[in-house]
Amino acid sequence: MRDIKFSKATRQAYGEVLTVLGETHPEIIVLDADLSKSTYSNYFQARYPERFINVGIAEGNMVGIAAGLAASGKQPFASSFATFLMSKGFDQMRQSIAYPNLKARFCGSHAGISIGEDGPSQMGIEDLALACALPGFTVIVPADEAAMQSLLPQVLEINGPVYIRTGRIKSAVIYEAGTVLKIGQASVVREGRQLTIATMGLMIGESLIAADLLEQEGYSVRVMDFHTLKPIDIPGIRYMAENSEAVLCVEEHLLDGGLGSIIAREVAKIRPLPMDFVGLTDYAESGTPEELLKHYGLHAVNIADTARKLLKRLRS
Amino acid sequence: MRTIIELNSLAKSIRRDIVKMIAAAGSGHPGGSLSLVEIMVALYFGDIMNHDAKDPKGKNRDRFVLSKGHAAPVLYAVLAEAGYISKDLLPTLRKLGSPLQGHPDLRKLDILEISSGSLGQGISVGIGMALAARLDHLPGKIYIAVGDGEINEGQIWEAALFAGHHHLNNLIVIVDHNGFQLDEANRKILDLNPLADKWAAFNWNVMVIDGHDMASVHGALQKAGQSAEKPTVIIAKTVKGKGVSFMENNNKFHGMAPTETELSQALAELE
Ligand SMILES: Cc1ncc(C[n+]2csc(CCOP(=O)(O)OP(=O)(O)O)c2C)c(N)n1
Repeated sequence: MRDIKFSKATRQAYGEVLTVLGETHPEIIVLDADLSKSTYSNYFQARYPERFINVGIAEGNMVGIAAGLAASGKQPFASSFATFLMSKGFDQMRQSIAYPNLKARFCGSHAGISIGEDGPSQMGIEDLALACALPGFTVIVPADEAAMQSLLPQVLEINGPVYIRTGRIKSAVIYEAGTVLKIGQASVVREGRQLTIATMGLMIGESLIAADLLEQEGYSVRVMDFHTLKPIDIPGIRYMAENSEAVLCVEEHLLDGGLGSIIAREVAKIRPLPMDFVGLTDYAESGTPEELLKHYGLHAVNIADTARKLLKRLRS
Repeated sequence: MRTIIELNSLAKSIRRDIVKMIAAAGSGHPGGSLSLVEIMVALYFGDIMNHDAKDPKGKNRDRFVLSKGHAAPVLYAVLAEAGYISKDLLPTLRKLGSPLQGHPDLRKLDILEISSGSLGQGISVGIGMALAARLDHLPGKIYIAVGDGEINEGQIWEAALFAGHHHLNNLIVIVDHNGFQLDEANRKILDLNPLADKWAAFNWNVMVIDGHDMASVHGALQKAGQSAEKPTVIIAKTVKGKGVSFMENNNKFHGMAPTETELSQALAELE
């Protein structure tokens, strides 16, 4: 069976890549709301203290300030935990960022239940639904360090707001260093014919293990990384729909309004297929990341179980 | 009622529980739990709050809201000491299935008044409780603990304006003014001064006390319940990590568990 390597958390990769970009982009201003050591925006602060603003524990104010900076020609990158940033900054993102379509960038860290022991109040599990609800937003979930290195520089060129989701724990290494990914273009990380698992972020590693398990049972499974939820990759979905018998969406997010709901909408338009969805339906609890992923059905074994049921449904 | 000496010795044992449970969990927030100890001990064991572990939802009870939810360990330790939960639960802090979640969770522990963990919301929730008590002609007072970093949040000041305007004299806010938030000291991020004047300008009754001097804490809380028409804020000057030398004013311990060696040293200091 596949030996998944775990490396740098995507939040740390974010801090590192942003700091490199700061060198050639003097218009980048980084903001944080008293979580810079956790989001790793403190790397940027250490290198460019004059272009770093800690607004205090005041996420709504931070998003508003980012709007003013963006409206004045700066390129703000504002970070906090995903839940605080998207929930507490939501109306400011709607009125002062999305509505005027400003080039402001937001990074929500500690997404999903894999943050572990801190528990539900700190877990960002609605962040993607909120960000995707906003017209004009680009929403990305880099899976690992290489994905961050490839995707974050492209964010600078996007002519509208962007939301970037990062995680707390070490990420499964999906891509080799130097891999080129494109915002808006899903990536096939494993080929297969019968079932496509459409996923992103931390769930790619679990899905790959699940795919290996299923292959041992004779199923052929493709895994696709939809690192860009918005705008969703229509040609990618067409490829998937036309070359699979069923689709399983897997996400570390609430099922309502997440990746699965977006993909289902497009699959329904292109070529309706049997589908199923692995994700969260409620607030979780404290525990180790590993325990929580198992307990809340996001482990490779759970993914394989749901996939098996879906595939059996096809045969009957 | 217990003497100040008895309350102080209780405070020490609560501090031991806090460091032990966070060490057992391997994660958690010792700094801002330790700074709240005297306040919590006075509230629950100094005949300040009207509460009864045998009737946790009693209609006439006073209520406590831990707005700075990351200080859950001090709340759990006090609730265990007061008999609301078994002391055997303390080592299960932050473990899968435990009612003692990383941040207070009403669904998992129904004797709590509210869930918390996203900073800035507790005073508003307390206002709702205070209004309900007023509407129902109930005597209950609402005590709310907030952090000094937490009061960066705009919602805190919306709530402050509201409570002052509506003369919510059954509302008592305690600011745990330990001088630090997560990244740094308050004054490096947002200077709060003049803090007492800010609350006074919002029409609050303001007291500034030494939050580790049990007699002052107790005295202030006793007076707080007696204001005729204003909500009360007690600005308690505290030390983050109080009681454990290497945690005091050391913000590394905002959100980090002690190692085993550190735990033994802490427990030795808290003998
Ligand atoms: C809305 C929100 N933003 C950010 C956080 C992350 N956070 C947890 S504790 C903390 C610092 C709190 O500082 P303070 O209120 O002074 O508490 P203390 O120093 O007493 O622990 C932060 C920023 C949070 N829990 N909620």
